[in-house]
Amino acid sequence: MGELIDYQLRVNGRERDVADAWLGESLLYVLRERLGLPGSKNACEQGECGSCSVLMDGKLVCSCMVLAAGAVGCDIVTVEGLSAGEDDLSDIQAAFLAEGGVQCGFCTPGFVVSVHDLLEHNPDPTELEVREAVSGNLCRCTGYGRILAAVQAAQETRRA
Amino acid sequence: MLVFLPVSLEEAFDAFEQCPDAQLLAGGTDFMVEVNFALRQPPAVVCLRKVEELKGWRLDGADVVLGAGITYTELMAPQLGDLLPGLAQASRTVGSPQIRNAGTLGGNLGTASPAGDSLPVLAALDAKIVVASKQGRRILELDDLIVGPKRTTLGPGEVIVEVRVPAALGSQEFLKVGTRNAMVIAVANVALVVDWAGRSVRCALGSVGPVVIRARDAEELISSRIDWTGRTLPDDGDLAEFTALVRSAARPIDDHRSTADYRRHAVGVCAYRALGRVFANHNGETLERTSWAN
Repeated sequence: MGELIDYQLRVNGRERDVADAWLGESLLYVLRERLGLPGSKNACEQGECGSCSVLMDGKLVCSCMVLAAGAVGCDIVTVEGLSAGEDDLSDIQAAFLAEGGVQCGFCTPGFVVSVHDLLEHNPDPTELEVREAVSGNLCRCTGYGRILAAVQAAQETRRA
Repeated sequence: MLVFLPVSLEEAFDAFEQCPDAQLLAGGTDFMVEVNFALRQPPAVVCLRKVEELKGWRLDGADVVLGAGITYTELMAPQLGDLLPGLAQASRTVGSPQIRNAGTLGGNLGTASPAGDSLPVLAALDAKIVVASKQGRRILELDDLIVGPKRTTLGPGEVIVEVRVPAALGSQEFLKVGTRNAMVIAVANVALVVDWAGRSVRCALGSVGPVVIRARDAEELISSRIDWTGRTLPDDGDLAEFTALVRSAARPIDDHRSTADYRRHAVGVCAYRALGRVFANHNGETLERTSWAN
């Protein structure tokens, strides 16, 4: 595995130390296994499913495809950083619960981050724009109907 | 030191001097898959993310100069998308928003996948690719850079720096066949450019050979049959001949994504439709589908 490295990442506004890490660790691995942030989910590890979505310098990316050691100096926001506190829900998370957009829940954090990113940049998306915005997030339970309803509900709440 | 985060090309070159075995890392959308699946264990990595010279784009006379670090999302943005509509269309078919925010043009070139979606567009635009190392710069045509599946002529310590293409050259179309609309690697893709001023059609085929293929015979035939003054397409017989020449230019294989037969068929249909769309858009009409292109 070669030499181990130490570095710092800025996650949800805090500087976090990463020690004795293997060079090739993905940001997803470091978030979950080293920094105690298991909200980002690990499924496909090839950018197909979107369940590990995070914001990096304000851009939506799959954290499984980010080399953690290369993310030094970037602002990283995970699903844990989207609500005010550990016991709080963001408006989008609340909408997902209220509209039945959560079944097994595995894909939910990724969807929440993608929808958060969408509504930050486009507060009033059409259904087609919503569909395109979540096209990189897979859900195998809901059939997407309740997820689209949740996005619409969050949109309406923000507009009110 | 095993991970280099250079902020300039000079620093990137210095990193390579220290560590000649280092792997170049652009957006990571191909590289990290191999690392995650333990197919690759790089001794060192040079991350290009922060290299200033690779960012953004600029106009230089009649050309657009694209930094190799430009992402698919940036290529789709309105101003640049208007200058390079074919590249914007191709970018929109790549992966998902997450992938398009990370993946870069330089990375697509460096990975040199036969299915790379930007590559047929660059081929049809006769793009010039600038690569650089401590020893200096070289300017390459696409087929001098990419010489086989995942094989480039990049030397040790050489970095793809920028891509130069003509701005708003004629009309451009990109079509891609895959199993669904999002998150799909091309089974076949086609870029077609109609240069109205130069009275020529250029057509490049992807995912149907070891590298991107220009369908030169098809280009020559259709360019000679188009009524350039009236800006109308020739008759169905000529279009069928064009499609047949496109199909015969392809050198596809059977693999886990498709069959050679289907790929050959698909590039013919895509090239035919692309040509039809360009003329229809240009003349504000829609093209009738003919029976041979079903």
